[in-house]
Amino acid sequence: MFGFIGSRLLQAIPVLLVVGFIAFALFDYVGDPVSILAGQDATAAQRLALSHDLGLDQPFFVQYGRFLWAALHGNFGNSYRVAQPVANLLAERLPATLELAITASVLAFAIGVPMGVYTGIHRDSFLSRLMMAGSLIGVSLPTFLLGILLILAFSVGLGWLPSFGRGPVVHVGSWWTTGFTSWAGIRSLILPAITLGMFQMTLIMRLVRAEMLEVLRTDYIKFARARGLTDRSINFGHALKNTLVPVITIIGLQFGGIVAFSLVTETVFQWPGMGLLLVQSVAVADIPVMSAYLLLIALVFVMINLIVDLLYYAVDPRLRARR
Amino acid sequence: MALLDVVDLTVEFPTRRGVLRALDRVSFSIDAGEILGVVGESGAGKSLTGAAIVGLLERPGRVAGGQILFEGKRIDTLSAEPLRRIRGRRIGMIFQDPLTTLNPLYTIGRQLTETMQTHMRLSDSEARTKAIGWLDRVGIPAAAQRIDAYPHEFSGGQRQRVVIALALCADPVLVIADEPTTALDVSIQAQIITLLKDLTRDHGTAVMLITHDMGVIAETADRVAVMYAGRIAEIGPVAAVIRHPAHPYSDGLMASIPSLEHRVDRLRQIDGAMPRLDAIPNGCRFNPRCPRVFDRCTTEQPELLDAGATRAACWLHAHD
Ligand SMILES: Nc1ncnc2c1ncn2[C@@H]1O[C@H](COP(=O)(O)OP(=O)(O)O)[C@@H](O)[C@H]1O
Ligand SMILES: [Mg+2]
Repeated sequence: MFGFIGSRLLQAIPVLLVVGFIAFALFDYVGDPVSILAGQDATAAQRLALSHDLGLDQPFFVQYGRFLWAALHGNFGNSYRVAQPVANLLAERLPATLELAITASVLAFAIGVPMGVYTGIHRDSFLSRLMMAGSLIGVSLPTFLLGILLILAFSVGLGWLPSFGRGPVVHVGSWWTTGFTSWAGIRSLILPAITLGMFQMTLIMRLVRAEMLEVLRTDYIKFARARGLTDRSINFGHALKNTLVPVITIIGLQFGGIVAFSLVTETVFQWPGMGLLLVQSVAVADIPVMSAYLLLIALVFVMINLIVDLLYYAVDPRLRARR
Repeated sequence: MALLDVVDLTVEFPTRRGVLRALDRVSFSIDAGEILGVVGESGAGKSLTGAAIVGLLERPGRVAGGQILFEGKRIDTLSAEPLRRIRGRRIGMIFQDPLTTLNPLYTIGRQLTETMQTHMRLSDSEARTKAIGWLDRVGIPAAAQRIDAYPHEFSGGQRQRVVIALALCADPVLVIADEPTTALDVSIQAQIITLLKDLTRDHGTAVMLITHDMGVIAETADRVAVMYAGRIAEIGPVAAVIRHPAHPYSDGLMASIPSLEHRVDRLRQIDGAMPRLDAIPNGCRFNPRCPRVFDRCTTEQPELLDAGATRAACWLHAHD
């Protein structure tokens, strides 16, 4: 078990090194930090000094090594834009993004799975057809459009929910912040979470449905029926559990995607998360922020993959045996 | 009164190009404790008959006619819930491929206890004790330890033993075994059949033993029904059907049993193939392949007629 986790972590190292390399290479290929920082009318001497301060006059691999070493210690340099440590900027924004992403995923899972099971069992019912048709809209509607439509309906039209921002937040521990402690905070979360989770929810529903249709045809389900087990136990126990392995994979990968691409939702709702930070940083070529963001997202993906593997392990005894 | 009485059972599949009649007025009965063998080529309708009895026809298949009486009551008209209570509890089923009939994600102990607790009032520890007893009875060594193992930890033969335990654990009075040894290694087929025979004899359980192996029927069954293209061609005591088959199709089938004593006067293997459901010939369904075909066979469909010790759907036995 621990050997398994260890080997997975070892496998992650090359991935992180490659992403780290790309993150580092950003500094060379996107814009010129010296001219951005020093401004247009700096003298050549000033530029040289700055270049030296930033370590840009060192050989390439020395710079790469230093970059990795610093990154390992959570040091990503200072933002060009706001002249603060990037790590602080990200840490400030991370809770907002994670809270939004997790809420969206939980919503997507809690609604998508039962809908998938239902449409899988009652293939031809009116309600199933309705859900399937609705899910097509959910899959194909662009996120920003959905966000804008929701704002139009529930903020502008009905005035029920706020259209932007995170509402009041409370500090928990040294750096985490949460909006869950107040009704206003929760209300602010609703529309962005629906917007961000909609695609994932419809995806989960369609996936669970497809897997259910597949599993319900198997011999062990026929045998379970022949033994007179209840529909409830067959559908939500025997069948659903067998759909979980592929569903876990997709949910895991999608969660990575949700974190990485929450920038659209965050932009539409002016949600103060990492995505919004990235958008603001890209606009002014704030390379340290972009590069740190890239590394952080890679780390998120690696961790999710590990969690997915551990869940497989928990669900499927055949995998446990093989190790 | 018979334990199971199937009367004129007709099963149809509505398709875009018309209705396919997969079973056509199939009638037979099984007495308590009796073993009825059902033989026939692949596609003859054997599995469909078993599925129709327990109400597990796959959509869009449906019972389009006839009656199924079990313990004197009609069960073909029951709604889902009372039918579910019969499945497993009164009528057990055994399927063909033990590698796919067990849920891979649950221990065999959990599958056994769930089955028993669905049908009987048992505490968890009682159910577990009974489950270990069943594993013991079907010949799983070290049952008390193996009960917490998953299906993939067993060999094919052992898994079929577990399947038999699962089919019998709620003490049904009838078991429908659909080709229980076809997927198994030849060397263990006999063991499994012997196990099934011994257990059902001990419990007085009746068996509908579906197989295309006449040898198994010869050694195990009391009576045999020969199916052909969705109908029963002949039905009667095993010895009579084997020694003096009344239907030319049974005759051909018997000739293909290698283990039985040689019969020179018998017909060679039957040529040709069973017709598809959308191309059933007029008259007797077997007539295009029948070595003894005559006029009437191509125009009129024969019902089961008395033919000595057996009953056969063949005009050779018409006495009018
Ligand atoms: N879902 C279905 N749709 C149409 N025809 C079917 C379906 N299931 C079975 N059949 C037909 O019913 C006939 C009997 O099948 P089956 O009972 O499985 O035969 P076997 O005697 O080999 O067990 C076959 O001809 C098959 O084509
Ligand atoms: Mg079959």
